[in-house]
Amino acid sequence: MNWYGIAAIYKFEMARTWRTLMQSIASPVLSTSLYFIVFGAAIGSRMGDIDGVSYGAFIIPGLVMLALLSESISNASFGIFFPKFSGTIYEVLSAPVSAFEIVAGYVGAAASKSIILGLLILLTARVFVDYEIAYPFWMIIFLTLTAVTFSLFGFIIGVWADDFQKLQVIPLMIITPLTFLGGAFYSISMLPEMWQKITLFNPVVYLISSFRWAFYGVADVNLGLSIGMILLFLLLCLTTIWWIFRTGYRIKT
Amino acid sequence: MEPIISIQGLGKTYAGGFTALNNVDLQIKRGEIFALLGPNGAGKTTLISIVCGIVNASHGKVTVNGYDIQRNYRKARNEIGLVPQEISTDAFETVWAAVKFSRGLFGKAPNPAYLEKILRQLSLWEKKDNKIITLSGGMKRRLMIAKALSHEPNVLFLDEPTAGVDVELRQDMWEMVRGLQDSGVTIILTTHYIEEAEEMADRVGVINHGELVLVEEKNILMQKMGEKELSLNLPEPLQKIPDALADLPLSLSGDGSQLVYRFDVKSEDTGIAEFLRRLNAVNIEFRDLHTRESSLEEIFVNLVNGARREREELLSKETQE
Repeated sequence: MNWYGIAAIYKFEMARTWRTLMQSIASPVLSTSLYFIVFGAAIGSRMGDIDGVSYGAFIIPGLVMLALLSESISNASFGIFFPKFSGTIYEVLSAPVSAFEIVAGYVGAAASKSIILGLLILLTARVFVDYEIAYPFWMIIFLTLTAVTFSLFGFIIGVWADDFQKLQVIPLMIITPLTFLGGAFYSISMLPEMWQKITLFNPVVYLISSFRWAFYGVADVNLGLSIGMILLFLLLCLTTIWWIFRTGYRIKT
Repeated sequence: MEPIISIQGLGKTYAGGFTALNNVDLQIKRGEIFALLGPNGAGKTTLISIVCGIVNASHGKVTVNGYDIQRNYRKARNEIGLVPQEISTDAFETVWAAVKFSRGLFGKAPNPAYLEKILRQLSLWEKKDNKIITLSGGMKRRLMIAKALSHEPNVLFLDEPTAGVDVELRQDMWEMVRGLQDSGVTIILTTHYIEEAEEMADRVGVINHGELVLVEEKNILMQKMGEKELSLNLPEPLQKIPDALADLPLSLSGDGSQLVYRFDVKSEDTGIAEFLRRLNAVNIEFRDLHTRESSLEEIFVNLVNGARREREELLSKETQE
């Protein structure tokens, strides 16, 4: 195992994060805080509790997930897209690092950054809204699992994209709608019956539901099913990446 | 001695059907400077990219210091440093961070003293805390070399190292490459500047249309293929070459003041004595004379044109049949 190689990629990516602190950390924290102020503190005070949880507190897990998903994807996709775009990828390809080590470096850094960001957002939320975490251990597990899975997904997008538009299109056109419709702002039991069924095809529902369970002990869908779905998506991403490196798709000619 | 790089039956056909390399066999000797010469699109970069692991070969086998580049890719790649043709760096990194990254990527423990030595050698030490974006083009190119050397490779690939580099810097680069050779590094450079190969290389390989047309010691090549020219400066310009001399391989310069006789170094009788005698017989006097060997450039053009002619002849034969 080339530990120095993994560390080099990891450190390089983390250095990029610190270099762009405003854009990569401060800006997502600020924009999420705006949700807490508007929906949590201002509008939330006029709304009734959901499943015995105040509205302001109810939306916190969903909002953390929203930031976690979009940041994991954008970090990981940019991390691998940019070397491809600028040509510096030649060095990684010619180095004695395996596919696993490359992914560990890039995805590990992207996931670390998202986890730090998620925790920062939780801390910030405390300023505006009162909430508690019923199962902190599981909260961390779900946070990590989601960050890793969606960083892997972002890595795939970064490999696939061959221009900046493609890099943006999936996060903007698919992930954002799925997150908003995934129960970040409501319990899916509040939807008409037909939509309750349709919404189960949205993978983000399972992420938010299980994450919210770790906070308040209530879930929209069965917890086991949620964990199963997350692991399934993780497996799907891993298989795709394995295929990418086996065939050299969009990386090697 | 066992060659440091051994390439057998290497071929590459890209997805579009373009064959960039066709059955290339090549052995690189330890410690030599090998120049891979060829026109643009001849397959030089593809060859290098395969050996370095950036492009997958369609068929064939490559070993570096005995390690197969596929089965034993970690050890094989550890042997190699690559300076690609295009300068691509992370603009916002510092010079120091960039070389540190390269060393780590190749699995080597940190060694600041060694990295300092390299940066000093390449006159980059003063710039070590500067962001790469602030460096000049020549400095960036030297940084690429520093990165390639950061993991102490035994083989260095320089893909068009002096493309777009000014004359002074080119001299420096050659100087540096010789220094590296002295320290035991084997160097393979590609170029389409003939003078570069002529100046630097111990051996020359000519590649054209994905085929290795020739591999030869540079000196032998120049001797073997060399044509010499004997130029005579005439006190009285000639209008045309006299009919009495028409059977000789002669040419006349534009203003008629220089008569050039071409001869083959290889042949036993160069015919110079005969030529001078006949010159005397037609009463042509000369003031001065000098001889000139053909450069690698002329040899190269002859080779590439020769290959083209052969192929065209083959094609026309095929179409006739």
